[in-house]
Amino acid sequence: MSTKLTLGPVLFNWKAEYWRDFYFRAADEWDVDTVYVGEVICSKRSPFFEPYYGEVAERLSAAGKKAVFSTLSEIMIPRERKMTKSVCALDDYPVEANDAAALFHLRGKPHYIGQYVNTYNEDTMAHLVKNGAQHFTFPSELYAAALKALVTEAKKLGAGSEIMVFGRAPLALSARCYHARAHNKIKDNCQFVCENDPDGMELRTVDGKAFLTINGVQTMSHSYMNLAQEVPEMMRWGLDYIRLSPHTLDMGTVIEAFQGVVQGRCEPLEAIRKIQEIDASLKFSNGFFYHKPGYLWQYAA
Amino acid sequence: MHLPNNSPELVCPAGTPAALRTAVDAGADTVYCGFQNATNARNFPGLNFTPEEMEESVDYAHKRGKKVLLALNTFPPAGQTLLWKQAVADGVRLGVDAMIVADIGVAHHIATTYPDQRLHLSVQAGAPSVEAIRYYCEEFGVKRVVLPRILSIPEIKQLKSEIPCEIETFIFGNQGLMAEGRCSLTNFVSGVSTNFDGVCSPPSDVTFYEDKNNMLCSQLGEFTIDCFSCAQGAGYPTICKGKYIAPHRDDPYYAFEEPISLNLFDLLPQMIGAGIEAFKIEGRQRSRAYIRQVVSTWRLAVDSVMQGKTIPKADLVALTEGQKETTGAFRSKKWR
Repeated sequence: MSTKLTLGPVLFNWKAEYWRDFYFRAADEWDVDTVYVGEVICSKRSPFFEPYYGEVAERLSAAGKKAVFSTLSEIMIPRERKMTKSVCALDDYPVEANDAAALFHLRGKPHYIGQYVNTYNEDTMAHLVKNGAQHFTFPSELYAAALKALVTEAKKLGAGSEIMVFGRAPLALSARCYHARAHNKIKDNCQFVCENDPDGMELRTVDGKAFLTINGVQTMSHSYMNLAQEVPEMMRWGLDYIRLSPHTLDMGTVIEAFQGVVQGRCEPLEAIRKIQEIDASLKFSNGFFYHKPGYLWQYAA
Repeated sequence: MHLPNNSPELVCPAGTPAALRTAVDAGADTVYCGFQNATNARNFPGLNFTPEEMEESVDYAHKRGKKVLLALNTFPPAGQTLLWKQAVADGVRLGVDAMIVADIGVAHHIATTYPDQRLHLSVQAGAPSVEAIRYYCEEFGVKRVVLPRILSIPEIKQLKSEIPCEIETFIFGNQGLMAEGRCSLTNFVSGVSTNFDGVCSPPSDVTFYEDKNNMLCSQLGEFTIDCFSCAQGAGYPTICKGKYIAPHRDDPYYAFEEPISLNLFDLLPQMIGAGIEAFKIEGRQRSRAYIRQVVSTWRLAVDSVMQGKTIPKADLVALTEGQKETTGAFRSKKWR
């Protein structure tokens, strides 16, 4: 099987109609195999998107794309527990677990493991497979040798493997909302200020260096992880899927560039150039893959 | 107030064998520590125990009726699990009273290879919900969960009624901001991972310099984390307690949290009343003098509550980070 493209769940607080139309475009226009739907970061945002879940999932399925529902990445209060339970009860679509609470509900039923579950090694993977996991997306901070071992082991266990190759890297989660805090508010009275920043809120260092991005309770890299150069190597390992994380920039071009690399039509450096053309100010990083500081960017040898 | 029959355990940190003896002598019921490698989340130079030191330390504690917990709370990356399995085997051989684990693979290994070994779920496993905790209890027979510092006391009390294991909460020390076990900020900046190298803000990557305005700036890797005037004490540069610039704010601000420590001294009676089984003091990298003072202060406080006496006033603020303290999420959900 050749490597296929997936669109990860939208991580930001987009306007609901924009969010819906993004998924409609994914269904109608974009050459991706699997599309993840569902609120992963903040349970307070979910009610905006829920009315569209059915429509979006049906449109994706009708277009021959696999829709997978992702669960919240951090679950503590009753609302979040209830939300997770109901997503895990879905029968028509596979569910991607992003927290141990979802693992609890999904035991004994085929399911996906998302990148917010710490699948760092073979033993963890084997245990999760025993309970029904059949597909893994590995944490972004892992380096090539570990990823290769995980992809190889997934094959042995009969599970699918997926690695995020484009988008702001997820770096941390918290119970506290940093978007609200930046506006002198608290999470319970946040007034959804995160909707002002559809790709997250930039944080610079005191000496002005671009550094991090805030997305509600999540902290991400400022740079966009871009593993276009590394995709051919990952394909040689037998990687099944590469994940592109949605942003407001021209995702059609990003998808086309990575499809070109996967299908051997486009050199990785050409793909990178095409993505850079979307916005000259985009900064890329690929340090994690090389077991170096994650923010670093290097051209492959 | 309703008090439990048994006094809650006071769980104290030990970065060295000398610190362990100090903690035991100062009144700890239980001491937690780790080996000198990536198998635990405080993998710093000069810290932690060799297997020989662990053996002597377990002996020292057991002779005095105290317990030793082994922190094995990091996530082995694929291809490297043997190091963790060796640490588990050493811990079993040396008779540690429980192992504090975070990784599903490590928990699975212990539960299947050493079914009699008592397991605690580390805060690094990031399990604050009924279902997440029950998952680990049912899958691996976990006997105690160390809760993340994100729940209020009423929330902990409610949680306790719905889970089949003991609860351990932090009461003093570093206030962790990011969900433990799910933070790659250090790796992003320095190339070493909190999750699989056991390092947060490694000292080898920390530098200080004076900028053109004579401000003292702290740096982690290539990134300036904070700037201080002469009048302020310079904090240790962890990313989540740094000052940053956001688009709509005029001045740099503590985007995540200011340098501050968790101190639940005033909430102790309520926490004991909530039925929490164990209270944890943070700080394996701290000095023996610090351990002695903090542990003996908390010993007196716990004993006073259990005997129905007033807790003697204690000045712990001098021992907190930046001499600032918070009750974090424990007193009020407004913290979020």
